[in-house]
Amino acid sequence: MASWVMKAMDLACQKAHRTLFEGVSFSVAPGSWLHIEGGNGCGKTSLLRILCGLAPAAHGQVLWPAAHLEAQESPSLRPDRSVLHYIGHALGLKPDLTACENLCLDAQVSGLALNREQALSALTAQGLKSRADLPVRVLSQGQRQGVALARLRTSPAPLWVLDEPLVGLDAQATAVARALLQSHVDRGGSVVMTSHHDVHLQGPGARYSLGGGAHLS
Amino acid sequence: MNISTRSPLGLSPWQAMGGLVRRDLRLAFRRKSEWLGVVFFFVLVAALFPLAIGPEPATLRLIGPGVLWVAALLASMLSLGRLFDADHQDGSLEQMALSAAPLSWLVCAKLGAHWLMSGLPLVLLSPLLGLQFALDPEALAMLALTLLIGTPVLTLLGAIGAALTLGVRGSGMLQSLLLLPLYVPVLVFGTGAVDAQVRGLGAEAHVSVLLALLLAAAAFSPWACAAALRLALES
Repeated sequence: MASWVMKAMDLACQKAHRTLFEGVSFSVAPGSWLHIEGGNGCGKTSLLRILCGLAPAAHGQVLWPAAHLEAQESPSLRPDRSVLHYIGHALGLKPDLTACENLCLDAQVSGLALNREQALSALTAQGLKSRADLPVRVLSQGQRQGVALARLRTSPAPLWVLDEPLVGLDAQATAVARALLQSHVDRGGSVVMTSHHDVHLQGPGARYSLGGGAHLS
Repeated sequence: MNISTRSPLGLSPWQAMGGLVRRDLRLAFRRKSEWLGVVFFFVLVAALFPLAIGPEPATLRLIGPGVLWVAALLASMLSLGRLFDADHQDGSLEQMALSAAPLSWLVCAKLGAHWLMSGLPLVLLSPLLGLQFALDPEALAMLALTLLIGTPVLTLLGAIGAALTLGVRGSGMLQSLLLLPLYVPVLVFGTGAVDAQVRGLGAEAHVSVLLALLLAAAAFSPWACAAALRLALES
């Protein structure tokens, strides 16, 4: 196993002729977490989208271990859901499908095999068993976030890239989500996230303050 | 379970496409008003013309194919607005872009599902609506055949416009301006085929050109759409 799952090399981002950040470099090791901090509008979401290959960096590049990308003939550095799982501000849930259908059909579209029982057990672990067969449209914001987190439980990706994963969750759901992230890190997975909450994950990790630099905790 | 020993993603791109078609069809059935509105528009336009023109069979026979084709073209354009919009807004498009299946394949599946809900009903209804225009059975069959070949071309070309204008404010107008020139050949050869059939000239040439347009659009459109969608995601 490689000693890193992703490396950011000297990334810069420009929006509307304004430099949001530059010179951002870090490497994410297996079994570690990285908490990206910074004020509103400092480019946290842009950084995560650059890491996922959804947006281009103005400068620099994101590196992935060769093993993950050997299936792709050209090193276009475009990771897919076998490598990372991304949860953005838009959760990627269809309001007219039930929570369970959302999990199953999204997994299939991503190229993952997932049956109804697995989806149900992921929702149960997230405390949403009674909501599994309701359309996502009638769920509250926090419950939708819970469904998106249940999707993480079904993901085989070693790296999770999460944009504000705890927003809208109540105290109990926050604890469940924290335990989920912790168990992922404990099993050798990696988490890169932004959050205005203090997530308190155990194990090797770092806080990266955009515009500030990295501090090991 | 150790992360590194987990198996890679298990499904082929074909299964991913199947999943997307199933998802989109299920969504369409949960929200029937959207695609029924398109079908209703087509029926309404086609039904109003004979009432407005008057009951002269010769005139109706002359304008019938053109009216039905224009109605189908406008209905198809009407349905484009929603093609990628919902996916873009709820974040599904990002997840599709990150899928293990190539985005262009997923676009193919999406267009297939879209055509099944907004193109196929027009094809099936066209012989019925053609009756009002005093078209004979051969002309009706030819009309349905040209629409069967032509509406997928309209969907494929329209998707490029929809993808290019994704996230642009007031995209509807821009889309129509962008697409109408591309739609004209399809319209010309579609109505031309029915016209030739009515005059007894044989429609093989027109149908061949339509098929050629379909092949060219099918080969080009998904890749163009995928590139345009990635551009839309970057902003």
